[in-house]
Amino acid sequence: MSRYIATAAIRGANRIVKEADDLFHKTLEELGPDKPIQFPNTAYYLPVILGFTGIEVAKVGDLGPVLEVAKSLLHPVPGEQTWLPYLGETLDCGVATLFAEEAIEGLRFARGEQPERIPGLQLTGTSFTSPDAGEGGNGGYANGPIDDIQLRSWGIQLVDGRMPGFAAIVGAAKSNQAAVQIIRELQQRNILIFLSGNVNGRSIIHQLMEEGVEMGYDTYIVPFGTDTISAIYALGFATRAALTFGGLKGGQFREILLYNKYRTFAFVLALGEVDDLKYATAAGAISYGFPAIADTVIPQILPTGVTTYEHVISMPFDDIEGKDDAEKARRLVQRCLEVRGVKVKITEVPIPVPYGSAFEGERVKRADMRIEFGGKNSRAFEYLKMSPLDEVEDGKIEVVGPGFENIEVGGYMDLGIVVEVAGRKMQEDFEPVLERQIHYFINGASGVQHIGQRDIAWIRISKAATDKGFNLEHFGKILHARFHSDFGTIVDKVQVTIITEPELYAKWLAEARKAYDFRNKRMAEMTDESVDTFYSCILCQSFAPNHVCVISPERLGLCGAYNWLDCKASHQINPTGPNQPIVKGECIDPVKGYFTGVNEYAKQASHGTVEQVSMYSIMENPMTACGCFECIMMLIPEANGFMVVSREDPSMTPTGMTFSTLAGMAGGGLQTPGVMGIGKYFLVSKKFIRADGGFKRIVWMSSFLKESLAEELKAVCEREGDPDLLDKIADERVATTVEELLPFLEEKGHPALTMPPLF
Amino acid sequence: MVKERTIDPAVAEILEIAEAQGISTAFSRAEELKPCPIGHKGACCKLCGMGPCRLTKEGQRGICGATIDTIAARNLARMIAGGASAHSDHGRDMALTLLAAAEGKAPDYQIRDEKKLLEVAHLLGVKTQGRETMEIAKEVAEKSLAQFGQQQGEIIYLHRAPKKRQEIWRKLGIAPRGIDREVVDIMHRTHMGNDQWYESILMAGLRTALADGWGGSMLSTDITDILFGSPVPLMARANMGALSEDEVNIVVHGHEPVLSEMIVVAVNDPEMIEYAKSKGAKGINLSGICCTANETLMRQGVPTVGNFLSQELAMITGAIELMIVDIQCIMQALAPLTQQFHTLLVTTSPKAHVEGATHVEFDEHNALEIAKKIVKMGIDNFPNRRETHIPKQISHLIAGFSHEYINYALGGFYRGSFRPLNDAVIQGRLRGVAGVVGCNNARTCQDYSHDYVVRELIKNDVLVVMTGCGAIACAKSGLLSPEAAELAGPGLREICEAVGIPPVLHVGSCVDNTRILTTLSQMATEGGLGEDIADIPAVGFAPEWMSEKAISIGCYFVASGVYTIFGSESPVANSPIVDRFISEGWEKLVGGKLEFIPDPEETVRKALEHIDKKRAALGLVEYDPTRFGQSGDRLMRQFIEAMEAGLPVSPYSAKIPEPAKK
Repeated sequence: MSRYIATAAIRGANRIVKEADDLFHKTLEELGPDKPIQFPNTAYYLPVILGFTGIEVAKVGDLGPVLEVAKSLLHPVPGEQTWLPYLGETLDCGVATLFAEEAIEGLRFARGEQPERIPGLQLTGTSFTSPDAGEGGNGGYANGPIDDIQLRSWGIQLVDGRMPGFAAIVGAAKSNQAAVQIIRELQQRNILIFLSGNVNGRSIIHQLMEEGVEMGYDTYIVPFGTDTISAIYALGFATRAALTFGGLKGGQFREILLYNKYRTFAFVLALGEVDDLKYATAAGAISYGFPAIADTVIPQILPTGVTTYEHVISMPFDDIEGKDDAEKARRLVQRCLEVRGVKVKITEVPIPVPYGSAFEGERVKRADMRIEFGGKNSRAFEYLKMSPLDEVEDGKIEVVGPGFENIEVGGYMDLGIVVEVAGRKMQEDFEPVLERQIHYFINGASGVQHIGQRDIAWIRISKAATDKGFNLEHFGKILHARFHSDFGTIVDKVQVTIITEPELYAKWLAEARKAYDFRNKRMAEMTDESVDTFYSCILCQSFAPNHVCVISPERLGLCGAYNWLDCKASHQINPTGPNQPIVKGECIDPVKGYFTGVNEYAKQASHGTVEQVSMYSIMENPMTACGCFECIMMLIPEANGFMVVSREDPSMTPTGMTFSTLAGMAGGGLQTPGVMGIGKYFLVSKKFIRADGGFKRIVWMSSFLKESLAEELKAVCEREGDPDLLDKIADERVATTVEELLPFLEEKGHPALTMPPLF
Repeated sequence: MVKERTIDPAVAEILEIAEAQGISTAFSRAEELKPCPIGHKGACCKLCGMGPCRLTKEGQRGICGATIDTIAARNLARMIAGGASAHSDHGRDMALTLLAAAEGKAPDYQIRDEKKLLEVAHLLGVKTQGRETMEIAKEVAEKSLAQFGQQQGEIIYLHRAPKKRQEIWRKLGIAPRGIDREVVDIMHRTHMGNDQWYESILMAGLRTALADGWGGSMLSTDITDILFGSPVPLMARANMGALSEDEVNIVVHGHEPVLSEMIVVAVNDPEMIEYAKSKGAKGINLSGICCTANETLMRQGVPTVGNFLSQELAMITGAIELMIVDIQCIMQALAPLTQQFHTLLVTTSPKAHVEGATHVEFDEHNALEIAKKIVKMGIDNFPNRRETHIPKQISHLIAGFSHEYINYALGGFYRGSFRPLNDAVIQGRLRGVAGVVGCNNARTCQDYSHDYVVRELIKNDVLVVMTGCGAIACAKSGLLSPEAAELAGPGLREICEAVGIPPVLHVGSCVDNTRILTTLSQMATEGGLGEDIADIPAVGFAPEWMSEKAISIGCYFVASGVYTIFGSESPVANSPIVDRFISEGWEKLVGGKLEFIPDPEETVRKALEHIDKKRAALGLVEYDPTRFGQSGDRLMRQFIEAMEAGLPVSPYSAKIPEPAKK
């Protein structure tokens, strides 16, 4: 601290706690103590309050004791002379501020005043099937708290380092140019960006709106609101990360805060003048180990300890060296990363537009589109094959056929991308693993959008990108750079051919399809019995320290991102990395899927918390979960079966819990018989809960799964000898309670009802 | 003349008066009475009726054949035993008070720090779940008392030390078995015709010192915190300006808070205040001297009039109606002074009677009643006040740093830890840490060495913690105020500004030196500074020591791994072998060493050398103050001033334009 900051922060804390208390009493009077308080689509109540105090705030009246705790943490401002110490006191006031801010936001939700209305703000959605969907929908609101689905889907990126951390930006930048550049710099480094606060009424959210910067989950930019209070959602996110992935419980404040200090690389970037409330909020953030950096003149706090590096840095914007605001902004962001010790791996991709994972989710709307390949009007395919070393010329990028210069704006054409790779450690089995990366690699370019894979790829390039000079050759540049940087240990040479010439297109498409077909058959043949080695995935141990995924050919990782081949390739790339071979050892029980090697590994890698793992049962020693699962399964005893809810599904399930609430039971590396997190493709595996009766035990399933896996599930039903089984499985449209579920199952004659009892 | 005796202007002012009036003080007596040159260097043995034997010649032996080494070692060991018994007996009385309070027999005392009670209970293995506070307190008191009479095994408090330190003690056989046992062991061992090998005597001496530091003293601090609250920072005043011209001045002096805490209650009693007014006073003004002052200063903010050498002078102001003394460091010279001045001297401890004083025996069973009785005696004496000379000097300070608070200060309730302190040492913002403790000594200029050493240390970015009369010395010279950070080196100043602390922390009375042991243990456990107290870049000082307690303190620091430097000549100077053994010999065995260095400049130089040696051993960056000092409010203050002066400053630039030339 400095006495100046301590004075401001303590003053701010006293004021905001008073404000929260006033709003609490007003709301109590107007809405009564039983009015529910909830952040929509999130578990963990008001998460910061839960994390620090263990108090579960579910209704207005619950806030009374919380505000009493907040008041007990307040202190008077330090004196002008012979002042008393203030660091611990200021940090406590910071925490009181967080309680007050979260209480206020909770009350505002109860009062229907959150999320904040911001006219004209359109947020990009979450997952989508077409970039044209949802346009002109209901916008005009800030994001408010991040929902659990998004938190979990970012989980894997946070743990594997693709997303190094988050920046909580508060205020407004000195200029719009600076605002955009700061955001772009952070995006290029794949740092999640949370926006809140204002300076004299003007927020960086307004600045980005004016500059046409797309905000929303898909672009890693989340506008919480234009006041400082909404910055609490950033700390709520951090707390929930610790609760979700760290297996921590409410009230374990020390562990939660240290979890964030050591694992979440986040910082506060205060743009523009810093007022009392901003200082108070930053003091709260410091308890999480998150330092604050300001672009104005403020006192610096350079000694370390509560944070890993400096606590508060002042970097007055005009004093930063640089020819323009953009260059200054770049230096500012670099300093932020140093202060938090953020490790960023940047691959230089030689293309004329910004590049980074943060641009992966960017969509190109029809109106902004220069050209598309694939989709409704044309076709696009991509194919990666390995070739002998002497047949591949590294760095050769060839465009065969015409470019899109002569196609009208908004038009389309056919496109083939053929990638030939060579390397001494390359194996044919890695071809699909690498090929699937094309999607992520191409999507990383700002203004380019990629959907699908193989021969259903769909690529759009925006006008903004082509204006900057983006052309077909740049696809090759991207792929060459990224395959080398990400897969350099197995790939020595990369050669890319971009094909628009119809004859060659047809020839390569045919060859590609032959390969797709061959790979499908090879995958289908690959069974757990056909290999002697499974793979571990302990990538998430950075977040969930005791969790171990065991990945076999017939059981992919619960995040859906890693199958057995991915792990095998990953192990080749990084032999000491998170994917280690597990020699199966002796099969103790083929039905439940017990293997001596798996048990030994799980016990050691879970640090003794897991003694045994059954690969094919949910009822006995099920596999643990980190928190990144695509679906959660849970026993419904009354129906003698299980339900599967996907993370895309926010509705109530017959267990009486939503995905978010269930996730709290399923995650954190603990074995809970009857509850399990899974990757959605495990549903179609022959080994899917084989010990418990297999797919026939599924009595309820999110409609999202039924639809997105329609073809595959149909095949499963046929394999199980009950072709109409899918129709017998309920979903949220017909049943959200056990009372609704049972008559449905009986009416449809669901096989689970007549199967042997589960326990 | 006076200037050579003290650096405290208030003391100097009164000394002038004393001199003019021909009043004898410790200062004047020190000039008249030179120290015995033989006893002073440890060369006199008076342990049996054949002596005293004075070994003044090379190779000379006593009647029994004792060598100079044996004699010096025995004398030092007996000093340790004397000091350890004083501290520990004080601890025993605290435990007895806790027991009486827990049994409901001392109704004026409560448990003020329940959290600490539970922590201590945990350490002592006392069950806490589902038990009443008083039930726990009773068992804590009993277990604590049992530590004194324990005959075998080792005292429980050793477990507070880092594991590695405990192992060293066990390996050397110096883990104390029981507090009283170790004192008796020394008295027996040093009896005529017993242990006659200096090494064996001195190692037993270390064991006795440990029984004090990690036994009697430590449990005393803990129990005092339980009964009267663990200190938290508060603002207070120091020096004679704390005496009041128009109120009844009552001064507490000695070492125990048990009675003085009740005096605090009594002087605030409205009835008492009314009574004082009825005698023509405006009220009652309480202040303290020596470590009773430190106890009430740390917890209640009662001002301190001065340290050990100020006691007579406070009386010579003519402004004190009543001085209550309890135990330790009370000069017999106070009694004759009461003949010349109206001050009533009241002794209260059955262990500390003074001829010529009024004795009101203290009894914790009706503590407040006795306290009120004494205060009333003071009020009744107010009309007898004659001419007064109250010096105006007064300094402000922040007191009240317990290790619990330091832990809190560095991270608040939720993130409190020693990590920021360790980080500061690791990075070199703090070159190291030092404990500067101990007495006043009439043989040296009062407060000078404390002040010099502490100023030099903070200038060199060494964070200083203080206790006892040393703390009062530096409080009087303003070093315990947060503003003193301006006198610190750039790194220490940054730490002070970050935490809001003075560069010198007052951690309590002399019995509270154990807070320093606990702090060092927590630093060692926090990580990054090795795994033992001996690894930490730290030094201990007692620049103006005089009591046996100081020797015991110094030795328990040495035995805990700390290089400890005492001012003045070595009391074992006539035995170069013993002198070397307590320095180099002990360092090899326990990591800490004891050295007596009269020159304050040399002590600082050697301390910094030692700190740098420890830094190098830990592989820490070399101390370089030029790397630090960029944080804090200075720049912001200049910026705000420029803004208020109407200069064209922008929040986006720290560059402050020169004022436009006229």
